[in-house]
Amino acid sequence: MLVIENLHATVADKPILNGLSLEVNAGEIHAIMGPNGAGKSTLAYVLGGRPGYEVTGGSVTFNGQDLLALDPHERAAAGLFLGFQYPVEIPGVSNVQFLREALNAQRKARGEEPLSGGEFLKLAREKAGLLKLDMEMLKRNVNVGFSGGEKKRAEMVQMGILDPAFAVLDETDSGLDIDALRIVGEGINAIMRRPDKAVLLITHYQRLLDYVQPDVVHVLAKGRIVTSGGPDLALKLEREGYEAVAA
Amino acid sequence: MTELQRPTTRQEEWRYADASALEQFTPEAFQQWKEVELAPGETRRHCMVLSGTGPELHRIRITVGAGGRAELFVVNCGADYTRCEVDVHLMQGAHFQFGGVTIGGGDVTREFVTRLAHAEPDATSEQTIRAVHWGTATGNFLGRIEVARGAQKTDAAQDFKGLILERGASTNAKPELEIFADDVKCAHGAAIGQLDETARFYMAARGIPPEAAKALLVRAFIADAFVALDDADEQERLMDAALQALGDRS
Repeated sequence: MLVIENLHATVADKPILNGLSLEVNAGEIHAIMGPNGAGKSTLAYVLGGRPGYEVTGGSVTFNGQDLLALDPHERAAAGLFLGFQYPVEIPGVSNVQFLREALNAQRKARGEEPLSGGEFLKLAREKAGLLKLDMEMLKRNVNVGFSGGEKKRAEMVQMGILDPAFAVLDETDSGLDIDALRIVGEGINAIMRRPDKAVLLITHYQRLLDYVQPDVVHVLAKGRIVTSGGPDLALKLEREGYEAVAA
Repeated sequence: MTELQRPTTRQEEWRYADASALEQFTPEAFQQWKEVELAPGETRRHCMVLSGTGPELHRIRITVGAGGRAELFVVNCGADYTRCEVDVHLMQGAHFQFGGVTIGGGDVTREFVTRLAHAEPDATSEQTIRAVHWGTATGNFLGRIEVARGAQKTDAAQDFKGLILERGASTNAKPELEIFADDVKCAHGAAIGQLDETARFYMAARGIPPEAAKALLVRAFIADAFVALDDADEQERLMDAALQALGDRS
């Protein structure tokens, strides 16, 4: 589903990704772990197409399509979802307005009919329920005044509504308390654990992986994958640290 | 009899005006004011969309009687120099509410000039102005508040924000307060910035195309000017006029 080959990328002319290769198939959940500064968030932003993250070499193919040739909004319409480490606040724009605009823009790009206001609200209510997020929160401005945990749950509600084929979740577990971590983990499973979907889960810690069992765990260091393994690798990392495992 | 003179940009109140556009008005045009008088306790609201094709001068003088309330909401999106000038005289306990948006591109100057005289005690006023420009357009706000001697408990607020969508556009904001009473509140703020790139990327990452993201962000930005307008239909009409101007940009 997603094939990354020898990817090189710079931020402000500084090389961050140095020949990263990775393949994620439909039905799989991959976790990427790694020390601070390894390039985890850069990878997420490069996949999302954030301005300022320049690809200097390599390729990314998503469902047979050259992902890097697409604009960020086209990547979303093609089925890519980027879960932000720091979800952005947008004063003056309600979640409902934002998400309906987003969903209908994606549907339009795919040649589908837009959802009516009523249909959209029904969908939003269902997904908010899944993440135990009060529907009233969705009537408020995007992420404004939300706590860290609420922002992350709102991200997952967004994912539920937009129903992507592939999700790149950048430290979705950071800022979550124990209960919220479980709710978010179960949310990811409910929305994305399907034979036709896949997830790239970027995380520092093993704890989210207790709820979202990865099929493959990769260790990212200095801008490339240094080792990969099964779920046991995450436990080993937790026990022994990055230095020992990635050396 | 002395001959009437046109104002020039050497005069403070006209300093950011389009000098060549001023030449197109007759000198008499600068003497004309639309006079509006509100009786004590009266409430009146007026909404305007200024979207003409030639230079326009709108000069309104409002006197609000004791305890009265005047509300004015304006979208200034003319295709040529458009100036909306408002002089307000507030009697005891009167209120003036102003919401104004200048929006547009081209090589065009659009401006609001307000002068509020808090002549008597307990009067209040609130002005919210938003400017959104691109091309080489300019949006101006000159806001003067005069609090007369003895006009205690005056509460006057003025808030200007400018949003520059492209290099080359500009906004000028000039708050001016003259206060002769000692128990008053006069708040003013002015800020100029660009679209939030992080928010734009966040919207793009959810599938919203750049133009639609811009429209959503601009809508949110100018909405403040019409928050106090307690009429959803009029609010929508003004908002649509402003966003239409944004949509027409080439």
